[in-house]
Amino acid sequence: MRFGVVQFPGSCDERDALAACETVDGAEAVILWHRDADLKDVDAIVVPGGFSFGDYLRVGAIAQFSPVMAAVIAFANNGGPVVGICNGFQVLCETGLLPGALLPNERRRFICRQVDVEVCSTETPFTRACTAGDVLSIPSKHQTGRYYAPEALLEQMEADGQVVFRYANDSNPNGSLNDIAGVCNTARNVVGLMPHPEHAVDARTGSDDALALFASLAQGLTHV
Amino acid sequence: MKAQVLIRPKAGILDPQGIAVEQALPALGFGGVSNVRVGRLVELDVEDPEQLDAMCQKLLANPLIEDYEVLTSS
Repeated sequence: MRFGVVQFPGSCDERDALAACETVDGAEAVILWHRDADLKDVDAIVVPGGFSFGDYLRVGAIAQFSPVMAAVIAFANNGGPVVGICNGFQVLCETGLLPGALLPNERRRFICRQVDVEVCSTETPFTRACTAGDVLSIPSKHQTGRYYAPEALLEQMEADGQVVFRYANDSNPNGSLNDIAGVCNTARNVVGLMPHPEHAVDARTGSDDALALFASLAQGLTHV
Repeated sequence: MKAQVLIRPKAGILDPQGIAVEQALPALGFGGVSNVRVGRLVELDVEDPEQLDAMCQKLLANPLIEDYEVLTSS
């Protein structure tokens, strides 16, 4: 299978994302440059972390209008699996592919630490190789990661099982509503999360708990 | 036409920047300050002010978390 990893000016985690995608047997991963609307026949797309366009105006605000994003939105609306990590999550929220928004951390600090993340739904292309209730140790590093959705929307999302990841064991680092670490869209093919699974694929760097998430993306594809 | 767009965090949404400023002012001897909120100001020249609202909706503000106010002067 082939993964595409989007790169904006200011992205900084695209190399780790490529390496994480290539932990899947037989997979290759390619960069999708933001100015290029060609998705290179990829089967799944990762929008990685970083500080796209310097976080100018509002996190993710400028990146959402890069040419590649029009293609990513079309790919997602056609059912293609898309995962946004950290800044990628912020970008996907800005495009409207994912509900809600990310606000500055409650305690005004840049957070950089390992967090416990519970898998709350396995009905997404990014979690189907997991078991509901699995707790993964994954690094978190961000200043604008406080998940917010208006009350009515949040209730609807909870009722529909759109909360895919939650901070567990009192590890909510940023004041996110309902301890939300990651969500999916109503069609469940687009997932976003603040913690960085691409940094948790090798025990030598602290944890390989996120291998199952990348392996999930390879499951269910007809042409792996 | 010159325009200014004032963008504010929506009422009820915690504003950590505002809290930081509110806590800093008394330390500098400025008492009696409360309800500090920090937003953004965008200044621009526009040929067609009718487009300002769409600009705010699409890019300048995120209506889910922010309110905006457009001020114009010729």
